[in-house]
Amino acid sequence: MAPALTSRWTGEYRFLIGNLLLKDFRVRYRNMSLGFGWSVASPLVMMGVLTFIFTRVMPNKIEHFPAFVLCGLVPLNFFSLSWLTGTVSLIDNAGLIKRTTFPREIIPIAAVLANCLHFAIQIGLLLILVLGSGYKPNIYWLFLPVIVALEIVFACGMALAFSALDVYVRDTRYVVESAITVLIWMVPIFYDSNIIPQQYRVVYHLNPIAAAVMAFRNILLENKMPAFSLVSKLTLVSVVTFTVGLLIFRRLKLRFYDYL
Amino acid sequence: MNPGHAVTFESVSKIYSRSTGRKLLRSHVEVWFGRQPREPFYALNKVSFHLGHSESVAILGANGAGKSTLLSMVAGLSYPNEGRVTVNGRVAALLELGSGFHPDLTGAENIKLNAALLGLTRKRTEYLFDSIVEFSGIAEFIHEPLRTYSTGMMMRLGFSVAVNVDPDILILDEVFAVGDQNFQARCRDKVMEFKKSGKTMLCVSHATTTLHQLCDRAIWLDHGQMMMDGTAAAVIEHYEGRSIAKAGG
Repeated sequence: MAPALTSRWTGEYRFLIGNLLLKDFRVRYRNMSLGFGWSVASPLVMMGVLTFIFTRVMPNKIEHFPAFVLCGLVPLNFFSLSWLTGTVSLIDNAGLIKRTTFPREIIPIAAVLANCLHFAIQIGLLLILVLGSGYKPNIYWLFLPVIVALEIVFACGMALAFSALDVYVRDTRYVVESAITVLIWMVPIFYDSNIIPQQYRVVYHLNPIAAAVMAFRNILLENKMPAFSLVSKLTLVSVVTFTVGLLIFRRLKLRFYDYL
Repeated sequence: MNPGHAVTFESVSKIYSRSTGRKLLRSHVEVWFGRQPREPFYALNKVSFHLGHSESVAILGANGAGKSTLLSMVAGLSYPNEGRVTVNGRVAALLELGSGFHPDLTGAENIKLNAALLGLTRKRTEYLFDSIVEFSGIAEFIHEPLRTYSTGMMMRLGFSVAVNVDPDILILDEVFAVGDQNFQARCRDKVMEFKKSGKTMLCVSHATTTLHQLCDRAIWLDHGQMMMDGTAAAVIEHYEGRSIAKAGG
């Protein structure tokens, strides 16, 4: 069988990924008057309007509802954006793939990582809101980076699998877009996970985004450690997804040149 | 693996089915179920040859003869459907200069990104940075965004990065039309330097005079078939004779 495409590439993964992320960052902000400020401004606008709606217009029984909703929206937004930009990343970089031999896995992974800065900023603002709502930091906050890392691993796995499929069947991106619409309702954002009927709970637990949202709420709003069964399932699904995604990618990448 | 050869093609074929262009689920399902692709198209048909180390070879042929397909397989970008391709050594392919350049980044930023893509390490990029800028001859504009560059300047920058990868095997696809005469002369000098230092070279160009100067050997492809393999002088003579005869009717 053909050798791996990487065999003749002698560069450094870190140097290349670093440069791709820098490019993304520079291209995004260089021509904006507000520059990096937008990364803070857009989530602030979202938080402002959420707080207004859920305290003045539509008050809710759930305590600190704006913070509650944001614990759902922040992980979901990161994942949706990463999955979609990851899926189209190979097609967007078709020119590179047809002419240079760097390891192709880097493209969808860099697309996911490019969203991490926004994710970090949104988490930062969420923490400020949580503190502003009268919560105190607790020891379980140390679990947040673990949950975040698992979600990133999951997003990379999904991006690898779907970007490779998108090269062969271009409808893939619309499948992903529809799946994201479904996901918004299959993740407990506007409702409490307690109201989920028992027989469906396992579906939520196996959905890493729903699991991440529940873990965020455990840590930030309930001052407790995320349930062990939840974190173990999140770990399992993330690692399996990444592995399967990588295997699919490896299998399909041999003919990228012919289909791009 | 024969360490005596830089590149070996053993009865290599590259087949496209005419529906490959359509990325439809239906065509994939048909292939999965073992249905033969409709109308197979041979981009390369049972091509065999060896390239020794430090040989420089011209690939000749009309548009669509299979030149780019052949180069893409040497570069490790695509794989044959039949036969075997073996390559010993580090390949640098100058297939299209400046692929991966972004118009909103400055020249300097693009050099780093391009170097990383081509497989240079961070250390080596830093070490080579000044000589890349120097060679390109556009030091004055190196901190300006690339979209303000002329096409020629962009090509010069691309060439300057690519030739610094220090390959064992250099692939040149129509890259002699870069920049003004002054820069073209510099490119030719650089390529001659490669040749003298014993690198293997594969060149595609329609400028047969350039090929005459650069290459000792030539391979002529026509519709994916190997027509002739011999000294550059002999193959170019036949190729041009045939082309003119065809054009004459």
